Amino acid sequence: MEFIQFDKVSKSYDGQLILDELDLNVKENSFVTLLGPSGCGKTTTLRLLGGFEKPDSGNIYLNGTDITLLPANLRPINTVFQKYALFPHMTIAENIAFGLKIQKKSQDYINDKIKYALKLVNLDGFENRDIDSLSGGQQQRIAIARAIVNEPKVLLLDEPLGALDLKLRQSMQYELMKLKQELGITFIYVTHDQEEALTMSDTIVVMNQGYIQQIGTPEDIYNEPENAFVADFIGESNIIEGIMIKDELVQFLGVQVPCVDKGFGNMKPVDVVIRPEDVELDQPGKGFMDGIITGCIFKGVHYELDVQCGNWEWMVHTTKYFEVGQQVSLNVIPFNIQIMNKPASEDEEVLKEDDK
Amino acid sequence: MISKLRTRTSFLAGPYALWVLICTVLPLLFILYYALTNDNGHFTLDNFTAIADPIHLKSLWLSFQVAIITTVICLIMAYPAALILHNLKISNKSFVVFLFILPMWMNFMLRILAWQNILSNNGILNNILKFLGLGTIHILYTKSAVILGMVYDFLPYMILPIYNSLSKINDDIVEAAADLGAKWHTILFRITLPLSKDGIISGVIMVFVPSLSSFVVSNLLGGGKVLLIGNVIEQEFTLARNWNLGSGLSIILMIFVLLSMSIMNNEDDAGKGGMPL
Repeated sequence: MEFIQFDKVSKSYDGQLILDELDLNVKENSFVTLLGPSGCGKTTTLRLLGGFEKPDSGNIYLNGTDITLLPANLRPINTVFQKYALFPHMTIAENIAFGLKIQKKSQDYINDKIKYALKLVNLDGFENRDIDSLSGGQQQRIAIARAIVNEPKVLLLDEPLGALDLKLRQSMQYELMKLKQELGITFIYVTHDQEEALTMSDTIVVMNQGYIQQIGTPEDIYNEPENAFVADFIGESNIIEGIMIKDELVQFLGVQVPCVDKGFGNMKPVDVVIRPEDVELDQPGKGFMDGIITGCIFKGVHYELDVQCGNWEWMVHTTKYFEVGQQVSLNVIPFNIQIMNKPASEDEEVLKEDDK
Repeated sequence: MISKLRTRTSFLAGPYALWVLICTVLPLLFILYYALTNDNGHFTLDNFTAIADPIHLKSLWLSFQVAIITTVICLIMAYPAALILHNLKISNKSFVVFLFILPMWMNFMLRILAWQNILSNNGILNNILKFLGLGTIHILYTKSAVILGMVYDFLPYMILPIYNSLSKINDDIVEAAADLGAKWHTILFRITLPLSKDGIISGVIMVFVPSLSSFVVSNLLGGGKVLLIGNVIEQEFTLARNWNLGSGLSIILMIFVLLSMSIMNNEDDAGKGGMPL
């Protein structure tokens, strides 16, 4: 039995289907990120696990126990809300003590726990401050402290860093990872920020329109996206329609290029994904395709180039500067060409269309 | 340039200042003048000290009783109503709120006269009771009838501010409390109630103040038997034609209203500190 298990869970609001027979397993002590655009069902999944919503059908298990109908206040699960949801009429200590007082813990225990939790989130000595006197980042730390003092088995985090600025968000990412190490509990994290997901998680669950698109490690998801949606959502990519001529040979944009993928069958329509950083530029005539630079933008670490080849415009990342109008050729090593099946069913086709 | 603009815009406040002067300041000064003089226009404090008259004291005390009971009943009725309204999971919530407020749009006198009809000895209430074989009750022209009328009249003024303050509480906060293990009653007493305190206080002020000074309800439903301080003042102005005494008592009542309001507001400020651990 898995630690957390969603078994064919469906949920709709106002007749609109948000989750359709979702199956999801989560291992104990993992850091799982639910990643997807807004409206993909990731927050609903989290709310179902937190007990704030009941599924229309299907079951949710925690450690083998059916918790589908268990109300939020009885679940050994705590949540860090996107907008912190601190109690504005209580001090920081009172906020953190809220759950412990309900559990009727002794005052000594509560005081110790408050001290411990504040130390853990780097806010020692903030006990008697007012919520209003804190910055957004500090409020989020208090929200985390308030959740973890209850020693939950699972901590749910609903885009907790969404309201913070970039620098703070990055440092909080590392703090959350450290916290996860120290607590040794399961983290379920919801975000639409792919970089956040890639940085922090053991496992990423990419969702779109109520369906799970791919589950895997950050490396898997980035390097071997299973479909065009995942490829497009995680990082930037060139997604081109092509035909698998035979094993290890694919044709796209009128040229045949060797690749490493097998088992798609002969003359099969496929989607070809090539990351912009995997395209190498060379003298005209040396690569598999010639083109002309139509745009060059400095991005800090790299230049982002647009390369026009016939009707197709490539996105290419290089560290070298190219002038607009310059003639180049493109090269990609076989290993960096990722072949994906075309969506099989009409449903998936629709999803893909919607996404565009 | 900016200061010029400011002079010009502050000039726009002129009509309002004039309004306040004519409709608030001047009448108050007149009342103060009447209160501080006697029939012959000589200075006196008798109109203030007249509150010590046992009849007036009794009326003032009765007014306080009626106002406090009315406020408490309104609060007890309004809070659950506002809570239910707030938790309604329908799209057209504002329409339901509108239904609650609707009686406020009907003429005040008309509503009280309707109650007179319902409560009278041969009225609708007693007919129903008779029909059910429960005998009759004589409630009209008693303190209970006055309180009933006031509760009916002022209830929306209690519901609305409480409803508004409940709407301002983020759903997140209530969910966070449940997430931390709180059952519904813990959420109600430790989260919802303290966070809707502002609404409760403005509701209490909006009901308490008019119930303390009202005389129409007690006239129609008290039938002269329930003599509130408002009735005493009204009679001084109309029947006794003693404007001086009426003004004096009015100012005393105003002082009591201001006192009660400042006590309430202090309570409000103290509320920000949160509750003890």
